[in-house]
Amino acid sequence: MEKELLSGNEAIARGAFEGGVKVAAGYPGTPSSEILENVVLYEEIYAQWSPNEKVALEVGIGASLGGARTLVTMKHVGLNVAADPLFTLSYTGVNAGLVVVSCDDPNLYSSQNEQDNRHYARAAKIPMLEPSDSQEAKDFVILGLEISEEFDTPVLLRPTTRISHSKSIVTIIDKRKEVKFSYEKDSQKYVMVPGHARMRHIFVEERLTKLKSYSERTPLNRVERKSGELGIITSGVSYQYAKEVFPDASFLKLGMSYPLPERKILSFASDVKTVCVIEELDSFLEEQIRALGVETYGKSILPHTGELEPGIIKEKLWEVGCWMAKGVSENEASNKEMMKKREETAIGIPLRPPVLCPGCPHRGIFYALKRLKLTVFGDIGCYTLAALPPLEAMDTCVCMGAGVGGALGFEKASSEHKGKAVAVIGDSTFVHSGITPLIDIVYNKGTSTVIILDNRTTAMTGRQEHPGTGVTLKGEQTKALDFASLGDAIGIKSVVIVDPYNLEDTKNKIKEEVKKEEPSLIISSRPCLFVEKLQGPLIEIDPEECVGCGLCLNLGCPALSKDGELVKIDTALCTGCKLCAEACNLEAVKEVGEKE
Amino acid sequence: MMKIRNVLMVGVGGQGVLLASEIFAKALTIEGFDVKVSEIHGMAQRGGSVHSMIRYGKKIYSPMIMKGEADDILAFELLEGMRWVPFLTEKGRLIVNSQEIDPLPVAVGKQEYPQNIPDNLRKVVSDLVIVDALALAKQAGNIQAANIVLLGVLAKGLPVAREIWNSVIRKRVPPKTMEVNLKAFELGLLYEPLQANE
Repeated sequence: MEKELLSGNEAIARGAFEGGVKVAAGYPGTPSSEILENVVLYEEIYAQWSPNEKVALEVGIGASLGGARTLVTMKHVGLNVAADPLFTLSYTGVNAGLVVVSCDDPNLYSSQNEQDNRHYARAAKIPMLEPSDSQEAKDFVILGLEISEEFDTPVLLRPTTRISHSKSIVTIIDKRKEVKFSYEKDSQKYVMVPGHARMRHIFVEERLTKLKSYSERTPLNRVERKSGELGIITSGVSYQYAKEVFPDASFLKLGMSYPLPERKILSFASDVKTVCVIEELDSFLEEQIRALGVETYGKSILPHTGELEPGIIKEKLWEVGCWMAKGVSENEASNKEMMKKREETAIGIPLRPPVLCPGCPHRGIFYALKRLKLTVFGDIGCYTLAALPPLEAMDTCVCMGAGVGGALGFEKASSEHKGKAVAVIGDSTFVHSGITPLIDIVYNKGTSTVIILDNRTTAMTGRQEHPGTGVTLKGEQTKALDFASLGDAIGIKSVVIVDPYNLEDTKNKIKEEVKKEEPSLIISSRPCLFVEKLQGPLIEIDPEECVGCGLCLNLGCPALSKDGELVKIDTALCTGCKLCAEACNLEAVKEVGEKE
Repeated sequence: MMKIRNVLMVGVGGQGVLLASEIFAKALTIEGFDVKVSEIHGMAQRGGSVHSMIRYGKKIYSPMIMKGEADDILAFELLEGMRWVPFLTEKGRLIVNSQEIDPLPVAVGKQEYPQNIPDNLRKVVSDLVIVDALALAKQAGNIQAANIVLLGVLAKGLPVAREIWNSVIRKRVPPKTMEVNLKAFELGLLYEPLQANE
């Protein structure tokens, strides 16, 4: 037994190893991506990226059926994609244990929404476990597999960003469970025709009753009895925040947040004067607890949006008379003046937003689209950053693949829009959910132009492989999806490949394609610079030629900055892509040699 | 036993903040502390603000450091040092690298990089250490080792044995860079800030 400092994601991967998981599948999505990247390091586990989360869960269902303990991983919006199999999987149940990890993102550190996936457990009638630190993240995988097999149910494991990415100490056990299941045909259980499904629904309701009973007796849900003044009911990382602020309060810590241990809750509430439910995002716990007849504080004082933090908890409970909070900072009372001065020092200083890397191939495409004044139906990836200043070259971004179907809808709304809009989608996003709407464009006689940004990787989430790269998660060579052939097979006659570093040519090709009265597929082909470094020349801005018009600065390249009236290039950052040279009207950008 | 101590590391994506944090947290773990680290990745490689919060002591609950709670702030860049100063405790120590990296709004000319940051910091922080980490890293043999220099400056006065620092650094950095990084750490450790009128 050893102690190691692990992130929640590393701990979940370790839990998969110790728990005897044999198959793992998923799709990258912050904050979940590192789970599978760590699982694949264990030889004993087969791990793969699937094109999307629906496929990943279906692969997982097959693996569980085949007798292998299985782990499926995704971020919170990924569960929306996998929801179809999830809801019916609840009916069929499993063979070998199956745990689905859904990493929520309160405060939207890198997501398009902060939906609260605890609702899925209740809607699908399956149990949910919420870890409060890395040790629990590991333990709950193993426990989850056991619950899955004992009750014949998929199990949801729900960390949040703060749990997935924070590190805490974990005890590592150098042993792996070996579990064997055989497959036996059972169509009443696995084939969900109405006749069978009706019976399984009855089973699901009975299972819920059994799980409620389990929830009462499991050590996952524990009472820490201290003060009779204040009783806090909480789960996940909120437990840690509340414990920091109210170390002397009584706690009901829920490790299993669905179904709830109703008797335990009622008993706990009756032992304290004031109850407060502390949870991030929705009043998921609170509503159920109120329905039991318990009077409690909760969302009437705590926010529905963003993350919680100890300061907010302390402040809000203080306002309603809970004065037993520990001083969060020892220096609190003494020098308010100094603290105020420090706040003032930090006001109004420039923000430091994330930007497309110097030399990023996406920059060229979006600059061209901006110059062409096209409406851009965007999508999810590094290129979403092109929506921010100074490029500001994106009109909409909703979810994976939405841009492609959206462009079709836009042109159908009014003939005015024809030739005025394009859809832009990354390579991995395209494989994920861009193919079906591309078929829609052809099938329903659209004329839209779709641009695939093929940078040979799933970049934003950490540069993972996908079916277009021809390399698996394990690093093995495999067939690479050929986008041009796919476009052709779908029925698109105009399939064009462009080099995004050649701005003039790219602009002209886009202009030509959007004019056409038929669908076009443009493939912008240059690798992400982390996949393949760009060996561009050494370039400089000639101060004799530069007039400081700032046109090149509209590219938003971090290597370009104002130098008095003029503009200069930071050669340490510059990759020599020469987009600035292309953007410049005056030929002020000069090649001065080779980069070392 | 000592109370909980909070260390905040801040900088710009690409400067090696997270690596320094990893080494620091690992060293504390080996020393036997309970440790929690909180950091948000994702935007790190795209030149955005990066931070890592490290809390250590007998038993740590929350992984987050709030305003006014950081006993030490290690800032890898000047503007970031200024940005995070409200997180320092009243008597806390702020170590800041004198390097300036323009954020995009400054690079495109929309905003100015604040002038006189060191003076403004001196007005609100009594325990301020300004260090030219790039120069020291150059001295050690590679400007990329600036993050390890800063780690050395931080390490002074912390309850971690020298051998543990060395062993963690050795194991974590690429073997070819081991010597440079150990030298960088040494230089940081030995760094004596010039007095008031520098």
